[in-house]
Amino acid sequence: MILETEALAKRYRRRWALRDCTLAVPEGAIVGLVGPNGAGKTTLLQLIVGLLSPTAGAVRVLGGTPDTAMRSGRVGFVAQDAPTYAGLTVAEHLSLLGAGLNARRWDAAAARERADRLSLPLRQRAGRLSGGQRAQLALTLALSKRPDLLVLDEPVASLDPLARRAFLDETVAAATTTGTAVVLSTHLVADLAHACTHVVVVAGGRVRLAAPSPDPAELERVVLDELGRSA
Amino acid sequence: MIRLALRQFRASAWTAAAGLGAVAAVVLATRPHLADAASAARRACAPAAQCPALSAFALDNTPARTVAGLVVIVAPALIGAFWGAPLVARELEAGTHRLVWAQSVRPARWLATKLAVAGTATVLATALLSALVTWWAGPLDDAAAAVYGTFDQRDLVPIGYALFALACGVTAGLVTRRTLPAMAVTLAGLVAARIVVTEWLRPLVAAPRVVSVPLDPDTTGYGAGGNILLGIGPSTLQPAPPDLPNAWIQSVHIVDSAGTPLTDQVLTAACPTIGGEGPGGPAGPVPEAVRQRMHDCVVRIGERYHQVVTYQPDGRYWTFQWWELALFTAATAVLIGYACRRLRRP
Repeated sequence: MILETEALAKRYRRRWALRDCTLAVPEGAIVGLVGPNGAGKTTLLQLIVGLLSPTAGAVRVLGGTPDTAMRSGRVGFVAQDAPTYAGLTVAEHLSLLGAGLNARRWDAAAARERADRLSLPLRQRAGRLSGGQRAQLALTLALSKRPDLLVLDEPVASLDPLARRAFLDETVAAATTTGTAVVLSTHLVADLAHACTHVVVVAGGRVRLAAPSPDPAELERVVLDELGRSA
Repeated sequence: MIRLALRQFRASAWTAAAGLGAVAAVVLATRPHLADAASAARRACAPAAQCPALSAFALDNTPARTVAGLVVIVAPALIGAFWGAPLVARELEAGTHRLVWAQSVRPARWLATKLAVAGTATVLATALLSALVTWWAGPLDDAAAAVYGTFDQRDLVPIGYALFALACGVTAGLVTRRTLPAMAVTLAGLVAARIVVTEWLRPLVAAPRVVSVPLDPDTTGYGAGGNILLGIGPSTLQPAPPDLPNAWIQSVHIVDSAGTPLTDQVLTAACPTIGGEGPGGPAGPVPEAVRQRMHDCVVRIGERYHQVVTYQPDGRYWTFQWWELALFTAATAVLIGYACRRLRRP
């Protein structure tokens, strides 16, 4: 298993953001995480990459703790809103963050190729990019490590429909060719139907459904049923 | 990581370089004139121990000397507020810590590298600034003969203040997670630490020397002394400062041979008119009769009383400098240690 969580729970002061979350993500799986705002999606993703530490339960990423997995460079992560350094140019992001901080995993040629393909202006400061370009820059940083696990918090939220479809295709390609496992959160059920092999529905801090993606035609009904039941 | 940290610090480094360049330009342009004026004053009264021309030279240049000192005093506050506070807080505000921690770098190493870059720049900038101002003020400091008066504006201690301010800013940024409140906390912390050290800790470094001096009827006056903030003492005899060049005079007490302090009753019994004939009115020369009564009064008191002066001699200046630098560096280490522990579980 690339990623396993066992009875994972996180409490902020008195409020439980996530409770009793047990998941197993195999190689090559693309897991779509859906749920209303405040359901605990971001909390779960941040627990997976070690930005948060669990109140209870355990996470195993690539056979180790999230911290060691992150240090190995085998996990790509894009946080919500795809943060980038406003004062640094695209090229500086790729050289100082990508190549500079992931020496063992970084594929400079792939990063340059992706930036060219998406016509990201290399000399532009990230602060002057559009929201979609910023997201693409953050995704390039995550993808060019050739990660074994890709964790994406609403990666397509700021992309236009065409870019969204292109990105999801790229993700599917990575998963099928290199066996990368992907966990992504989204609001858009259509994305799940297009790309995901598994669906996890989270609401009120609990996992309501974790199953292989049903037939695309049925998916929306299944998800809405689960969300309706939890509401 | 070091390349990223250097790149992120680039703008700050340019700002510091520009500021130091401006200070250096002023220093280089005005220092020769100061040195010439000082040696001219010295020549004017070569053999005499007392040199009014030199004192006048020091007095005339007091405003410039004060401004130069203020630059050195303010620099650590600026470093704390503009380098320290945003170092981590701005990343937390913008969420970019999630970007950089998603790379193969441990947060602890990330913080250590950022601190190393900012800390090195802080030491270099304040050392250079302090060296420039200390060199520029050399002729004036010699003339003023009060090394402890500019203690916190010269030599080593500004480096300690700046490092402490930087650490204060970083730690405040990590705790508040917001740049602006972290800046405010940094300034408050620096001012509080400076006051605590100056008022309470610095005097503990070395036991003061004690010397007994007879009361001089020609230079002893009457009045109240003290500090506007800490309160003004009751009126009593006020001897002129003892002639101890470059010493830090900590206290002057008038006591009798048994060590009992001079009381108001004794004073008014010996000198019934004291305090009643003020200056009180407009400033001007004191009438000869008043001066004579004051003189006689001090002579009468001086038969039984003398002044006891506690002071730190000139030669301990560097001991105090090193101690204060060590103290602020240790406080810096404590703050950084706390920041590292706090970072581990954000």
